[in-house]
Amino acid sequence: MKEKRAPGFWLLATFFAAYVLFLYGPMLVIVVLSFQGPEGGLTFPMRGWSLHWFQKLADGLGSVDIGSALGRSLGLGLTVMVLTVVLSVLAGLAFRKKLSGGSVLFFVVVASLIMPSIIVSLGIGLEFRLLDTGIKKVLEVWGLQGMLDNYGTALGIYTSALGAHLTWTLPFGLLIMFAIFNRFNPAYEDAARDLGATPWQGFRHVVLPLIAPSVVGIGMFGFTLSWDEIARTSQALGDVNTLPLELQGLTTTVTTPSIYALGTVTMVVSFVVMGLAVGLSSLLARRQKAQRAS
Amino acid sequence: MTTVFALFFLIPLALVLMVSFWDYNQYEMLPGFTFKNYIDVFDGCLSGGDLCVTFKTYLSTLKFSVMVWFLTLLVGFTVSYFLAFHVRSSGVQVVLFVLCTIPFWTSNVIRMIAWVPLLGRNGLVNDVLVKLGAVDQPVEWLLFSSFSVVLAFVHLFSTFMIVPIFNSMMRIDRSLLEAAADSGATAWQTLWNVILPLCRTGIIIGSIFVITIVMGDFVTIGVMGGQQIASIGKIIQVQTSYLQFPLAAANAVILLLVVLMIIWALTRMVDIRKEL
Repeated sequence: MKEKRAPGFWLLATFFAAYVLFLYGPMLVIVVLSFQGPEGGLTFPMRGWSLHWFQKLADGLGSVDIGSALGRSLGLGLTVMVLTVVLSVLAGLAFRKKLSGGSVLFFVVVASLIMPSIIVSLGIGLEFRLLDTGIKKVLEVWGLQGMLDNYGTALGIYTSALGAHLTWTLPFGLLIMFAIFNRFNPAYEDAARDLGATPWQGFRHVVLPLIAPSVVGIGMFGFTLSWDEIARTSQALGDVNTLPLELQGLTTTVTTPSIYALGTVTMVVSFVVMGLAVGLSSLLARRQKAQRAS
Repeated sequence: MTTVFALFFLIPLALVLMVSFWDYNQYEMLPGFTFKNYIDVFDGCLSGGDLCVTFKTYLSTLKFSVMVWFLTLLVGFTVSYFLAFHVRSSGVQVVLFVLCTIPFWTSNVIRMIAWVPLLGRNGLVNDVLVKLGAVDQPVEWLLFSSFSVVLAFVHLFSTFMIVPIFNSMMRIDRSLLEAAADSGATAWQTLWNVILPLCRTGIIIGSIFVITIVMGDFVTIGVMGGQQIASIGKIIQVQTSYLQFPLAAANAVILLLVVLMIIWALTRMVDIRKEL
């Protein structure tokens, strides 16, 4: 026995379906087109099906070494992920107590989230360029000519770009931690303490298992946001580029379906990471439930 | 945490401000204190007559912001409203909500170039239009135009509207809606007088996100506008590529002030922390 749907339900449902199509349709088109036959072009119709353009991609597109850009982005993404998780959890814990300067830090975090990326990027680029100038001066004064000649720049994947990504991923991580702890029941911890657990044991055996599924989510945010990040990285990189930046450059120069193949590959990585995160998260949640039941 | 933000957020911002007062020549920055960069930015703005480049760019960027804001708000509100009040089972609700947010974790550039085979001269949309006889020749303004830029913005960033609005809607006490219905309000009246005011916070948070993103954007406008449409972000990017850092910094400071003013006007302080 179903009660009648509210007026406008079907209208809204249609709108929603159209929206989902709007979201996913173009992505689907890309994936389909990346299997274009060797004769095929950038648009429909499909001229046969093949892995030709993936092959082309593996050989490299022009001067761009896709493989190593992919490697750099993976490495950076994983580093950002680990740092985001660790720092967010620590900060989340710190914020549960009255933290002096807490509201200032919170304000800064939110500001970092909504600050136009180009400004952050420009600032970080400037910071490291000025650092370069400083280091070169020091080396000159100390007479370390050899080192001076070899010195390139402090800008790089694991210095400035890493920092740029963290200004983007950490706010998300911290906001998620707030959301978790707002709903967290401190009675569990109190119980652990009453039973004589040290603060570390309380965290390790009580708090951590409870928040673990959400922490996995923070990790996923960290990786995927870093994996696709362009705007903040753009001015904060040295000589080498991350994958999305290469991709952005390629949009104007490459006119074959190879670029769709590259798109498909990066999308697959994103989806694999999301899948892993969801899987791990539900696994942790289930294990927790099983433990509580036993 | 504090260190990270100090190193990579606060210090860089301070440096941008500092460098915006520096002088520069072709290949390096010269420390100093000058308003030259700011004067250069507004070069010709006070002489009257035609609008100077800076004002024009701000106007066009603002125009994009308003259009995108309005469209994302419309889409975001409708989608959230459907999810929050018309989907009954909470399981389905979660699944549909996640469906809306997944693209957020995939690459923006990919989602932009995904429009190319659809909107291009020989793209799907044109094919269909020609076949239907709606137009004789393929339409040119679909891609690399203001239209495609706005479309891509809405496509990319309506998530930023949906999430906070949905969040506020889910907090609305359902008994209020029943009360409204019992007092004889139509669905439309309930929507307008009860739901809309109650998700004000979500709307404002979403608006802040969308507007700040569009104001500072240079990637979307670059890719979808075929590198032809100006934006503030693009000006800054071009200037840094010519190593005119102080000039770029001055532009960044002005952009920052404009954005802050918009945010201030929007909020008058919503307590984001309480909303999570």
